[in-house]
Amino acid sequence: MVGDILELAARYRDEGADELVFYDITASPEGRSVDRRWIHRVAEVLDIPFCVAGGIRSIRDAEEVLNFGADKVSINTPALTEPALITELARRFGTQCVVVGIDSREEDGNWCVYQFTGDPDKTRAAGLRTEDWIIEAQRRGAGEIVLNCMNQDGVRRGYDLAQLKVMRVAATVPLIASGGAGTPEHFRDVFVQAGVDGALAASVFHSGAINIRTLKTYLRGEGIEVRP
Amino acid sequence: MSTASREVVIVDGGGANIASLNLALQRLGYTGQLSSDPATIRAASHVILPGVGAARAAMERLQKAGLVNLIPELKQPVLGICLGLQLLFESSEEDDVTCLGVLPGRVRRFAPAPERPIPHMGWNQITRRRDSALLDGVPDDSYFYFVHSYAADVSDDTIATADYGRPFTAVAGRDNFYAAQFHPERSGPLGARILENFLDRC
Repeated sequence: MVGDILELAARYRDEGADELVFYDITASPEGRSVDRRWIHRVAEVLDIPFCVAGGIRSIRDAEEVLNFGADKVSINTPALTEPALITELARRFGTQCVVVGIDSREEDGNWCVYQFTGDPDKTRAAGLRTEDWIIEAQRRGAGEIVLNCMNQDGVRRGYDLAQLKVMRVAATVPLIASGGAGTPEHFRDVFVQAGVDGALAASVFHSGAINIRTLKTYLRGEGIEVRP
Repeated sequence: MSTASREVVIVDGGGANIASLNLALQRLGYTGQLSSDPATIRAASHVILPGVGAARAAMERLQKAGLVNLIPELKQPVLGICLGLQLLFESSEEDDVTCLGVLPGRVRRFAPAPERPIPHMGWNQITRRRDSALLDGVPDDSYFYFVHSYAADVSDDTIATADYGRPFTAVAGRDNFYAAQFHPERSGPLGARILENFLDRC
């Protein structure tokens, strides 16, 4: 399995990805400790920034991940259950290391935060408006927000532009859009219309539906500044 | 060039995340030795001053290790990276702290603006102001990976600039001291080229 991860990492590196995020789905739900040595293998291969998400609940977890060579840690549910963790991580490692991932979905005309999204049986509303949580997470030391728009996730119908536009105003730190990418036009739209700092996608890249290099050439043609 | 002739020491500022830097050196065939020992640093062929985090904490750690007076006196090539660049200047607005003073000038915070999130985090282009061995083979307007909230103004020591609401020093150099505000170890093949230039040509 690590072999597959390394192969993917090298492929995306060579295609010109600007950053990689690894969701360690084995780490999260039950709170068990996991073998994170794979991070070091990935770090050996990558010469671009990469972030590890999943199962990071303490300074010690984060320290291990960063010592293995990750550049950032992304926390989601643990930030909701223990918001002080954001501050502690920022103090210890700097805000640039601390990404707060937010799963958000529209509910009665409001965008609301969801937690425990790693496990469909446990997923539930966190009782927070997404905008408020972005503002609080920043105040506590988040250096970047990855906003996963759950209504769009996995359906490839485009990023949630309406939501991202609103959250762009709330976010004074870099805002990364996640959920919904299906075509190169979706990437163009999220940069042009929502003004996000980055666009994250998984399935369209994994399946080969979109090649990153081809995508970047397209975006450049559309007048969007991207690294070659 | 034989790697045996290179004793690369990475200054251990404690807390800084240097794993990625060491791996980048390894990909070039070098091994960086992490140390805060003055004698080891003095004996190095090349010294790298990395740094992630806050300026005051970093200066306090250098102070504690007895390196504040030593680093400015080093005669071998020294490369500051990110906060390491900022520490080479006289002072920083961050925590209003006195730094190493190798380069004149004060490091200032970026002014926040709606279209410019702070920290400045991501890939940005650099523009060469003058030639330097550090940038050999690096085309103008190349992209590098930046993560910072503070930056040094453009000065006589600026080798290349970048722009984020205001022009700032992306690459600096004076005598045997070199510095990059971006992370060469996370900036793809061109970042690797800069590290290689530092070790082979500076």
